[in-house]
Amino acid sequence: MPDATYPDDLRYHEEHDWARIEGDQATLGITWYAQDSLGEVVFFDPPEVGSAIQKDSSYAEVESVKAVSDVIAPLSGEIVEVNDVLQDSPEKVNEDPYGEGWLVKVRLTSPEEAETLLGVEEYRKLLDN
Amino acid sequence: MRTPLYEQHVHLGAKVVDFAGWEMPVQYEGIREEHSAVRRHAGMFDVSHMGEVEVEGPGALAFLQRVLSNDVAKIQIGGAQYSCLCNEEGGVIDDLFAYRLGGDRYLVVTNAANHDADLEWLGRQSREFDAIVRDVADRYAMLAVQGPHARTVLEATLGIELPPRFHVSHPQIGRRPALTCGTGYTGEDGVELLLDPEVAVPIWCELLEAGIVPCGLGARDTLRLEVCYPLHGNELSTERNPIEAGLGWCCKEATGFIGSEAVARARAEGTAEELVAFKIDGQGIPREGNPVMRGDEQVGAVTSGTYAPSLELGAGMAYVRSELAEVGAEVEIDVRGKRRPARIASKPLYAKRS
Repeated sequence: MPDATYPDDLRYHEEHDWARIEGDQATLGITWYAQDSLGEVVFFDPPEVGSAIQKDSSYAEVESVKAVSDVIAPLSGEIVEVNDVLQDSPEKVNEDPYGEGWLVKVRLTSPEEAETLLGVEEYRKLLDN
Repeated sequence: MRTPLYEQHVHLGAKVVDFAGWEMPVQYEGIREEHSAVRRHAGMFDVSHMGEVEVEGPGALAFLQRVLSNDVAKIQIGGAQYSCLCNEEGGVIDDLFAYRLGGDRYLVVTNAANHDADLEWLGRQSREFDAIVRDVADRYAMLAVQGPHARTVLEATLGIELPPRFHVSHPQIGRRPALTCGTGYTGEDGVELLLDPEVAVPIWCELLEAGIVPCGLGARDTLRLEVCYPLHGNELSTERNPIEAGLGWCCKEATGFIGSEAVARARAEGTAEELVAFKIDGQGIPREGNPVMRGDEQVGAVTSGTYAPSLELGAGMAYVRSELAEVGAEVEIDVRGKRRPARIASKPLYAKRS
């Protein structure tokens, strides 16, 4: 497993999720800290394409051998794509949480919500506490 | 509470969790790696949180025969036997191994969460017998070394001969008296070492050096679940009798043990529910407490569920209505609102390749 990393071009949610915002779309995933706490991911149960997700609410589940964890939406939107690679290789969430281990892509319905997310420094501070 | 090996776990970067009041390692590198190390090579578990109780005296056999469900008279000196400790209603207070150390001397190993309750029960029941019940949990650190290569690595590293399966011997380990028991909780060959706490750290380090993989409680749980060993608190409780738990084989009612009348009745009349093993068909991971469904009707509940690393699918054990407890029967597991098709499977779920 790689060392703790928190890219500075991402926005973070205090429930340990990240968003990579590109125009009116965003890619979402869980942070290094989240995957490390959970342990080896063995199952990702994705939402359906076309379904709506609500900021601060659970939109999917990731499971390790021992535990199940809700994934909290950092932003509101409509699912436009889910990462199919994770069906056969859920371990990508551990190996590359910001790359191949992304979870879903959404079309943002309230782009202004991005203002409420944390920058990398704020998120690191949260982890230090 | 901490075991003598606590510092070693922290040093190895283990994730530490509370287990029955003990700060125990749940995993080091990862549950899957540790699980597969035990299936393919050799792993070691610090199980020093488990309790030990010594029973000694001219009435030791008569006393144990009264409290343990199995036929204790069958244990030879140096032998071991699995039993349930039942209350009058046949409810399971604990499940445990009894080892016969000498003519009138036995050791029983208790589950950490039940140690105090067991001691209280044993102390109370021993009053009418010429036997002394002694809490010796502080005298031992306990290490389970399990896997197809466990014996060869241990014998080479410690320079001792190990007892066969279900036997116990008492060699010196680290120049201190120790017990080596041919038992385990993984479905693999291996032994459990009861060590002087003073030498637990050097022995642990020696075994680590010899390539035995440190394993946490996480892998211990997935390993035992794949071979359908019950866990007290999940499959077993004072609300369940050994018959419905599938432990009728270790109950010898003819010995007249406490609870034997209730057990005999359950055996003769059958029970409303039975413990079964199941596998999920397709995706989904069952968890403890998930309802077992047939159509709109709940027909049981999951007692232990996990992703089973050797099977590479979700699997578990559940109590279901006895009429449905047949291998091959199709049910659904309600995993947090999603119905996951499952099939009742034969035990064990994982059979060792020989």
